[in-house]
Amino acid sequence: MTVRVLVVDDEAGIRTAIKRAIENVRERFDGIDEEIIYETVLAEDGDACLKHLSDGLGDIVLLDYKLPGVDGLEILRRLGQMKHDGVVVMMTAYASLETAIDATKLGAYDFLAKPFTLDEMRYSLRKATQHLVLRRQAEQLAAEKKQVRFQFISVLAHELKSPLGAVEGYLRIIKDQVAGDTIEAYSDVVDRSLVRLEGMRKLIFDLLELTRLESGQKERDLRQIDLNEIVAYCAESVQTQAAERGIHLSVKVADGLKMFGDRTELEIIFNNLLTNAVKYNRDSGSVTLKVGAKAGKISITCADTGIGMKPEEVDRLFGEFVRIKNEKTKHITGSGLGLSILKKIVSLYDGSISVKSIPAEKTTFTVKLTQGDVP
Amino acid sequence: MSQTKAKRIIVVDDDADYVLQTKMRLEGAGYEVTTADSRASARELVEIGGFDLAVIDLMMEEMDAGFMLAHEMKKKHPDMPIIMITSVTAETGIYFNTQDSGANSWIKADLVLAKPVRPEQLLEQIARLLA
Repeated sequence: MTVRVLVVDDEAGIRTAIKRAIENVRERFDGIDEEIIYETVLAEDGDACLKHLSDGLGDIVLLDYKLPGVDGLEILRRLGQMKHDGVVVMMTAYASLETAIDATKLGAYDFLAKPFTLDEMRYSLRKATQHLVLRRQAEQLAAEKKQVRFQFISVLAHELKSPLGAVEGYLRIIKDQVAGDTIEAYSDVVDRSLVRLEGMRKLIFDLLELTRLESGQKERDLRQIDLNEIVAYCAESVQTQAAERGIHLSVKVADGLKMFGDRTELEIIFNNLLTNAVKYNRDSGSVTLKVGAKAGKISITCADTGIGMKPEEVDRLFGEFVRIKNEKTKHITGSGLGLSILKKIVSLYDGSISVKSIPAEKTTFTVKLTQGDVP
Repeated sequence: MSQTKAKRIIVVDDDADYVLQTKMRLEGAGYEVTTADSRASARELVEIGGFDLAVIDLMMEEMDAGFMLAHEMKKKHPDMPIIMITSVTAETGIYFNTQDSGANSWIKADLVLAKPVRPEQLLEQIARLLA
């Protein structure tokens, strides 16, 4: 990262000494990955200073308080007007408390009392740079968060439009008695409305879940989990759905396997994998879930004999609200958030998730999780 | 007193609820309605023939499914009016204007309506095109 240092002083000797002192410096700070190097720009008076600044050349400004013609405080005022996004260090031989207070009020970050040694200058510059970089990082993070939240809400509003429109359309059909005056004629209308409403409810619920995960607001209850027990529990809840379509469910967990984690999160992982494996399966197909451990990582594979996905579909799979829409998936419901939630939870365990799929044949999800402290 | 045979309309859209609602509205107005949820199934039905008008959604299983279907239908049944329904306008702000001769050459529809379509409007336009 290059930080531009604008050195403003009427004494050429000071300008060049500072430039030479910092031009080969490389700084490193905690919490900042990149190495920082300086690029110096020199200005001998107020006008030159302001010109360079309007050209965007001053991340850090080392500003002499007493410049010919224009006073340092005036420059500070102008910087404020220009909404200068940098950090100013005042260099001054006239260090009175009053000046310091005035300058600070106008936005100066630090002071270098003349005469100063080059070490003192470098120390002050380092402080100012650290402040600048951290501040910019925080601003960027806040802007990104805002952007994500906005996108999220836009997408949600968009996703809700369709079901809301559908239910409204149905109610108007009833109101207009389009199919006559017997209530039986409207039973499809009512059934479909209920299905769409349920879809909306699920969407909102999943979205809340995902938001809580993203914002880290969920309190985790971490303890030792018996994987055999939890997998059996989750498999049972999928059993009815699977049986309805003659889908055979087979589960194999390594004996006595345990891991350190939050039960709710793990339930979400297994439920998610199993329900998808059933939903996207063919009738009389099968689902095979295997759980084992190796080198401190729990390995979960969930394979189904289902409709599979094309490589482009696999690439899009973990996006939010992504539902693979094609001939084969037309009748399958879902919010499109399940896999996003899965991905977020897996990351809490410093894990990974991958998919292999052959269209019209099978799909296998592989999830790896850190096993954690277990006796 | 002559008995006029009910006009047959085919409604093509992959949105199951839109299809059901349109079917009910058109049947309520006395039309005979057949539905299809994809370009592929619509094509088969149109082969069998006998439709007086088609209502087609612009985008179905592929981005241009409705658009392509309209082209095919016009080739086979040049006299059958086609109404194209699109949600594209709401999403992208792009307007399709069939009055504009430029658009006319590549959209093979007699009329393009943007979702959400008011039922009364759809019925009015169908009556007009079938007159």
